[in-house]
Amino acid sequence: MNKTAEGVFFLTGKDFAKAGVASSNLKAILESMGVPPDIIRRAAIAAFEAEVNVIIYAVAGMMHYSITQEMIKIIVQDMGPGIPDIALAMTEGYSTAPDYIREMGFGSGMGLPNIKKSTDKLTVNSVVGEGTTLEFIINLNKTA
Amino acid sequence: MKLQELVNSLSLEVKTPGMDLNREVTGGYASDLLSDVIGNAKEGSVWITLQVHLNIVAVASLKGLSGIVLVNNRMPDDDTLKKASEENIPVMTSPLAAFELIGRLYTLGLRCR
Amino acid sequence: MKLGEIKKILNAVVLSKNGDMELEIGRAYCADLMSDVLAFSITNSLLITGLTNSQVIRTADMADMNAIVFVQGKRPDLETISLAEEKNIPLLVTDFSMFGTCGRLFEKGLQGRSNRDK
Repeated sequence: MNKTAEGVFFLTGKDFAKAGVASSNLKAILESMGVPPDIIRRAAIAAFEAEVNVIIYAVAGMMHYSITQEMIKIIVQDMGPGIPDIALAMTEGYSTAPDYIREMGFGSGMGLPNIKKSTDKLTVNSVVGEGTTLEFIINLNKTA
Repeated sequence: MKLQELVNSLSLEVKTPGMDLNREVTGGYASDLLSDVIGNAKEGSVWITLQVHLNIVAVASLKGLSGIVLVNNRMPDDDTLKKASEENIPVMTSPLAAFELIGRLYTLGLRCR
Repeated sequence: MKLGEIKKILNAVVLSKNGDMELEIGRAYCADLMSDVLAFSITNSLLITGLTNSQVIRTADMADMNAIVFVQGKRPDLETISLAEEKNIPLLVTDFSMFGTCGRLFEKGLQGRSNRDK
């Protein structure tokens, strides 16, 4: 693989029918660039969880990706309620999702832990009342 | 089949101490959707789920289920255990994924449609 | 186990056009919570679920799972079916419950994720 790519997807809060479209497109881009399948899977899972979070909790957001020889870097920024206690939100099983979200199969408190597990580096920045920014990196130059 | 037998056969970890496990389990039900359990689970069944929050106890109590088994080593919230004690609903955990746990319960003879 | 054998065991109906019944299924994972599927599932496997929204297809796609069985006679809408066809993921529906579905497949030898568990 000797190509690079960069781009952005826009996400709309509560548009559940579209949840996963951005991650699916990102997956297709990674496939077209010849990234190894296990790396693609990790990136797709992390991106999907981040995308679903924006759709569940925020008014709107965007997913920016850049793919270089060294890494896949994804930044997901939203205009949402923010996370008051990030450490707590990183705990498996902790969730503030209402029941109707759980009935859709999400909000089981595994989203952020899943992103952390799937990536090599995760940074969470959040301001209550303004929004949350997730930045995560998957290294390409070493095997997973 | 008694709940105590299932606990022994499948090495389930009982998270609600002091509860009588000598109760009859008449079948199994698996779902992570509370509305589905409310709609479809049969009385006396043991419920297999990933959900750990408080509401599972209310649903189990409402439907007269014989117990709840949490899979993938999911740990119940403290609130859930407190409520479980109040409602006399045994809560157990297993490191197995739901598929294998259900498979083993099925092998022991538990059924559901 | 071939998808066709799974279909037979479950007395299932194929919902999608691209139902390759020769598809080899190694293992199975069942859940209604998609984050758990993403966290614990294994590639090239069968997803057994009671949820029928488009997120299920997206999840199977992201996690590289091979096929989906909907339990309890629950059928997804046409949009969801066409998404699955686009992603080349065969969809089956069975009248059995999640418990009955997993029990029957386990009995016939389909495995879960245990041996590969970390």
